[in-house]
Amino acid sequence: MVITKLLNHLGKYLILMGNAFSKPEKTSMYYREVIRQMHDIGVGSLIIVFIISLFIGAVTAIQFAYQLDGTLVPDYYIGYVVRDMTIIELAPTITCLVLAGKVGSNMASEIGGMRQKEHIDAMEIMGVNTAAYLIMPKVLAAVIIIPILVAIAAFVSIGGGFIASVPTGLLSGQEFVMGLRSFFMPYNVFMMFVKSFVFAFLLTSISCYQGYNVKGGSIELGKASTNAVVISDIMILLADYLIAVVLI
Amino acid sequence: MIKISGIYKSFGTTPVLKNISTEFKPGKTNLIIGKSGAGKTVLLKLLVGLIAPNKGQIFYDQVDFLQLKKKDLRTLRMKVGMLFQGSALFDSLTVEENIRFPLDMFTEMTKKEKSDRVNTCLNRVSLDGINSKFPSELSGGMQKRVGIARAIVLNPSYLFCDEPNSGLDPKTSLVIDELIKDITIENNMTTIINTHDMNSVMEIGDNVVLLHEGEICWQGNKDEIMASDNEILHDFIFASPFLQRLRNAAVSNGFHI
Repeated sequence: MVITKLLNHLGKYLILMGNAFSKPEKTSMYYREVIRQMHDIGVGSLIIVFIISLFIGAVTAIQFAYQLDGTLVPDYYIGYVVRDMTIIELAPTITCLVLAGKVGSNMASEIGGMRQKEHIDAMEIMGVNTAAYLIMPKVLAAVIIIPILVAIAAFVSIGGGFIASVPTGLLSGQEFVMGLRSFFMPYNVFMMFVKSFVFAFLLTSISCYQGYNVKGGSIELGKASTNAVVISDIMILLADYLIAVVLI
Repeated sequence: MIKISGIYKSFGTTPVLKNISTEFKPGKTNLIIGKSGAGKTVLLKLLVGLIAPNKGQIFYDQVDFLQLKKKDLRTLRMKVGMLFQGSALFDSLTVEENIRFPLDMFTEMTKKEKSDRVNTCLNRVSLDGINSKFPSELSGGMQKRVGIARAIVLNPSYLFCDEPNSGLDPKTSLVIDELIKDITIENNMTTIINTHDMNSVMEIGDNVVLLHEGEICWQGNKDEIMASDNEILHDFIFASPFLQRLRNAAVSNGFHI
């Protein structure tokens, strides 16, 4: 029963994505919408991403310093660990989990509200491919802007690690920088961007799917919004594991 | 002209429409009336393709609507305008942007041409100068008129109106009815209105289709309603106690209604 339901949703999701990525009626209208969405997702999420990344970097540095206490591992490893933890895992995953809550629920509510107010029906009757017009610009905007947000998150997180460890005397600035420059593998940055691209696609497409298929009233809209976050989060973590298995 | 033939629609095991066949002629205001749950909205949604019937055919001027490919369906839909019960204006867009939306999406008109067309449509619904207002700043009647302006901006051949008078006072309802009637005649459109407003039926009912339990139980024009001896029709028309009292008073005074 559960598997049938899951497969049913998967089929409907794939059909919706097929419709969403079909040829636009008018490219200029879609282009404008992509820019608007990039602004909404990017600028709108900058502060929350900044705050979370700063603290994640700070906590990582302090926790690792605590683990190292009394061991023979050199202190500059704190910088190294903060950098790699941030780039490989924390920046893409935590940022996208947070964005699933902020951007994903917003998208599900926006599209679901349009469904309830018959805006989607009105567009359909005009001849607009609503799946394409409402979903494609959001997904495109997200896969462009979220990797940039993740890159910013990585920088800020490393900055957070520096702020938490250097002024508090856990290690010197020179040691921290030395750690940052040690054992650097550019491939990790590639992995960070692959993750952020995949997570961005998942969180927007799943949220749009939830919103597009809302039926009923405000309770169903609330459920769709919650489902958008919960399912996006689960799929992000699953994808995180799969990418780690494939790319490492 | 829109012609439907043998339309059958059920939700699960519950039949909503049973073998519906009729024609809606151009230049006429065609009204679908009936009690709540009679299947009016389902029929309207079937006609515009928002849901599909289980059986039957729908023809838009000889074109089999249900057999159209997606691309052809979108082309045909550009000839369709619809006024929704709640107007369905996009809240985040101004009145001008709402009306201009189909022009932006489907035409290569210049900014000036689009602006002129929007102003012509607004003028037609007697709402000049409200271009920069948002839907939330308008009254229900004004929203309906903006909805009509948006529905006619691409000069459609077919106009559908879902409960255009719902939530409006009788005077504003009359204005909306007259507007729809005039636009229908001016553009020789096939207009189909889903309503349970008796004033609309008696004012603009060129062709009235009464749905009862998923079937057409009466069809005619507004002048034929009073002459009809169809009991279901009369029960529906005189459902209001006020009208019943009026009819009884008229009959007791020797008038035939």
